[in-house]
Amino acid sequence: MSYTPHTPEEIRFMLERIGIASLDELWSSVPAALRARAELKLAPALAERSLLAHFRERAEQNRTAANSISFLGAGAYRHFIPSAVDALASRGEFATAYTPYQAEISQGTLQAIFEFQTLICQLTGLDVANASLYDGASAAAEAALMSLRVTRRRRLLVSAALHPHYRQVLETYTAELDCEIASLPLAADGRTAVAPLPDDLAAVLVQYPNVLGCVEDLRAHAEAAHRAGALLVCVTAEPFALALLRSPGELGADVAACEAQAFGVPLSFGGPFVGVLAARQQHVRQLPGRLIGETVDSNGERAFVMTLTTREQHIRREKATSNICTNQGLCALRVAIYLSLLGRRGVRQLARINLSLAEYAKERLAEARLRLPYAAPTFNEFVVEVPDLANRYPDMVERGLLPGLPLERLDPERRDQLLICTTEMIGREQIDRLVRELGA
Amino acid sequence: MTTSGRSGLIHDEPLLFERSREGRRGVPVDETDVPLLDPAAVLGEDLLRGDIEGFPELSELDVVRHYTRLSQWNFSIDAGFYPLGSCTMKYNPKLNETVAALPGIREAHPLAPDEAIQGMLALAWELEQALAEISGLDRVTLQPAAGAQGEFVGMKIIQAHHRARRETQRKRVLIPDTAHGTNPASAALNGLEVVEIRVGRDGIVHPDAVAAALDERVSALMLTNPNTLGLFETHAAEVADRVHEAGGLVYMDGANLNALLGVAKPGHMGVDVMHFNLHKTFSTPHGGGGPGSGPVAVKNLLAPYLPTPVVRREDERYRLDHELPDSIGRVHGFLGNAGIWVRALAYLRTLGAPGLAELTERAVLNANYLLAELRESYDVPHEGRVMHECVLTDRLQQAHGVTTADIAKRLMDMGFHPPTIYFPLVVAGALMIEPTECESLETLDEFVEAMRRIADEAERSPEKVTAAPTLPKVSRLDEVRAARKPRLRWLPDEG
Repeated sequence: MSYTPHTPEEIRFMLERIGIASLDELWSSVPAALRARAELKLAPALAERSLLAHFRERAEQNRTAANSISFLGAGAYRHFIPSAVDALASRGEFATAYTPYQAEISQGTLQAIFEFQTLICQLTGLDVANASLYDGASAAAEAALMSLRVTRRRRLLVSAALHPHYRQVLETYTAELDCEIASLPLAADGRTAVAPLPDDLAAVLVQYPNVLGCVEDLRAHAEAAHRAGALLVCVTAEPFALALLRSPGELGADVAACEAQAFGVPLSFGGPFVGVLAARQQHVRQLPGRLIGETVDSNGERAFVMTLTTREQHIRREKATSNICTNQGLCALRVAIYLSLLGRRGVRQLARINLSLAEYAKERLAEARLRLPYAAPTFNEFVVEVPDLANRYPDMVERGLLPGLPLERLDPERRDQLLICTTEMIGREQIDRLVRELGA
Repeated sequence: MTTSGRSGLIHDEPLLFERSREGRRGVPVDETDVPLLDPAAVLGEDLLRGDIEGFPELSELDVVRHYTRLSQWNFSIDAGFYPLGSCTMKYNPKLNETVAALPGIREAHPLAPDEAIQGMLALAWELEQALAEISGLDRVTLQPAAGAQGEFVGMKIIQAHHRARRETQRKRVLIPDTAHGTNPASAALNGLEVVEIRVGRDGIVHPDAVAAALDERVSALMLTNPNTLGLFETHAAEVADRVHEAGGLVYMDGANLNALLGVAKPGHMGVDVMHFNLHKTFSTPHGGGGPGSGPVAVKNLLAPYLPTPVVRREDERYRLDHELPDSIGRVHGFLGNAGIWVRALAYLRTLGAPGLAELTERAVLNANYLLAELRESYDVPHEGRVMHECVLTDRLQQAHGVTTADIAKRLMDMGFHPPTIYFPLVVAGALMIEPTECESLETLDEFVEAMRRIADEAERSPEKVTAAPTLPKVSRLDEVRAARKPRLRWLPDEG
C-alpha cells in the first residue's frame, strides 16, 4: 500500500513515453555501487484497522488526563477545546495547503494569519506580531537574537524563573554567537529581583507569569531595562494570564515571546505548539519569521500577502534574520479560531475561573498545613512544598493522579517543590483529592 | 480532455473584527464548582487590565461561516494537483489524523514521568529506528520542529565534533549554489561562513569543485540529494570521500528524500548527518506553512552530541535520558512536534518497506513522464535522468513577453497550483515541478495539456497569460505597496 494509483498498463505506457524499457532504468543516474542491495528492514505494513489497533495499544499505555487526574502545566496546558475548533481546523483546504507563496489561491490562509497577528497584538499590547514560530522556547530564543541585532550589544540577562527548557533552548541558539548570558536572581517572594542593571545589556528576559507561577512586576523590569538602554523581552508560556493581567506592551515590554498552545492546541506530548513574537513597530525589520500584510489586487480589492520577505532566508540566505522557513500555520489557525469562539468575554471568564481554582487549591493546601513558599500573586499555577515528594510521587501516578510537576526535574535544587496547575478542566472534587493525597 | 479549473460560488468575508458585534456571545463557558473570585480582590487592581480592546465578539455560526468561507479561498492537495517542487505535496492520509487524535496521544503531557508516557516513548523509539534504517545512519533525534531547525541541529552537531577534536578553526561550510535558502541561513545561525560551490554545466556537484575549496578551515559540506534540479548527485560518494580526507563532515538536506526511499541510503554515500522533512517525504499535512517536523539522523560517532533528552530502551522499558554531557543542548521546549511525528510513523507503518520502495519508484516515474511530455513546449536547462522533480524554464516564452510568473498565474485559471518558481536560483526563470507518486496518469495528462496550452497561448495570445489569473477570488497583488507601507494588523480607525 503506497497511495499510488498506477495500473500496470499505465506504467508500460509511461515508460514508453519516457523512452525507457523498464522501471529500473529510472535509476540510471544512481551509481550501481550506491544502489541498495536489500529491502529496508522495517516492520511489516499494516492495513488501517490493524494499524489503528497498534497505535491505540500504544496510546493506552500512556497515563494522561484521558485516564487520570492531571495537574501538570509548566509550559503545556490542558484547556477545553470546543468542537468547532477541530471541525474547522481539520478542513483539508487549511490542513493540506502549503505556505501561501501564491497569494491569489491562498487568501484563506493569509487572512486567517493576518487576523492571528492582530489577535496577538491586542492580547500583548504591542504593535506587530509575526505569523508564528515553532514554540515558546524558540520564540524566546529568537527574541533574544533579535535584541542582539537591535541593540548591537552582546550581553543578555535572564530571569532565574524563566522556564529552564526555554533557557536551555536560548543557550543552544546562542552558543556559537559572540554573546554572554547571565542570570537575574529571585527575590524571596518568587519574583525576579529588580536591581540596577549594567549599561551594556542587549536585553532582559523575564517570564510573565514566571515558571513558579508568580506574576512578575513587569513595569519595574521594563524601567530597569530601559534605564540600561536594553530591551525588555517578556516571555509568556500561559497566555490565558494575559486575558486578566496588564499586557506586556502596556507595562513597557519591547518584545513579547509567547507560547500560545493554551488557546485551542492539544497537548500532543509537547508539540506541535505555537510560538509567537510581538514587538514594537520600530523593530519590525528585525523581527524574524513570516509576516502577512494587507494590500490590494489589480482591481483594487483588499487582499493579503506575505510581506517584508527580504528579512527571510529564501531571499537573503545567510544574511536573513533567522533560518526559519515554516511557521506553525495550522496551530496559529487553531489559536485564532479558539479565540474567536470564546470571544472578548469568554476568554476573560475562563481566565477568571482558572484563577479561582488555583486560589481554592492554595487555600485548601494551606489548611492541610502544606507550605506555599512564595508570596507573590499567581494565576493558574503555583508551588507547594510536599515533604518526601520524590518517594511519594510514583504511587500517586500509579493511582491515577498526576499531581503536578516535581520541580526537582527541572532544577535539582528544588527538592520537594511541586508545581500545580489548575485549568478549567479541574473541579473541586479533584482538588480535594489532590489535597488529601498531598497532605496524607 | 479539458483541464479542471472552474470558477464557483464563493463569498466575500470581512475580517473577524469587522464582523464582531458588541455583546454577541460565542461558545458558552462551563461554570466552575469552586467560588468564583473577583480578580481584583485576588491580584489587586494594579495588576489587572481592562477589556481586551478590539477582541472579537461573534456567535458560533459566525465563526464557522467565517472560517469555512476563508477555507474556500485556498488551494489544497485535497482539492487539486499541487506540483510544488521540493515541497513534496503528496496526499496526506486521513488515517494519520485519526491516529494523532487518539486520546492517549492527544492528551499526553510532555512533562509526565517516564512511567506515564511509555506509549509515546515506544512510538518515538519505533520511528527513530525506522528513520535510522532508511537513512543508513545510526541514531535519530525527533526534536527539531522543522527542516530548518534540523539543519541548525545538524550543523551544531558537526561543530561539536570539531570542537571535541580541538579543530575550532573549522568555520566554513561548503554549499552548492542549487541549495535551499535555509542551508546558508542555518550555517550563519551557527556562526559559520558560507562558501558557495558552483555546480557543473550538467547541474551537479563535481569532486574537483569541492576539492578546490577544501582545507583545514572547512567544517562541512551541505548537500541536497537529489538536488533541487531533480538530479541525483552522481558523485556524492566521491565528494564525501574528499571532504572526509580533508577532515570535514558531510551533511545531507533530506528535503528530496522522496526519491531515494529503499533505492539508496545516504549513510552509504558518505553522509554523516541528515535531516528528514516528515511533512514532505512522510505525508504529514503542510498546514498552510507548518507545523512540520525535521528529525536528524547521525552516525554513531556523532551520537554523543545529539540534543537532550534522548530516548533510551532498557529491558522493554523506555526512558528519557537528560544526561548527555557533550550534547549540543535542547532545541525544542519538549520532544519536538510529536503530533506530527506520530502521523509520519503511521504512514511508515502503513507502507512498510515494499510500499516505500514503490512510492519512490512511482514518484520518479511521474516526474520523468512530465518531463518527457513537456520538453517539446518548454526549455529544459539540464539534460539527464531526473529523479522526483524536473526543472523547466520560460526561455522559449520570454520571446513573447511571457514569464515564469505569468505561466504560474495562468496555471491557476486552469485549476492547478503552480510549480515552485524562480528556484533554484541557478536557473533563470525556473519552474520546478514535483508531481509526487500520488497523482494518476489522467491528472498528469491534464496538467501537460494545460502547460502546452499556455505555451501555445504565449505564442498566439500572450495577453491571456499575462492577465492571469482571472478565476481566483483576487487577481495579482500589489506586493510593493504591502512592503512599502506595511499594514500587519487590523486597527479600528482603519476599519
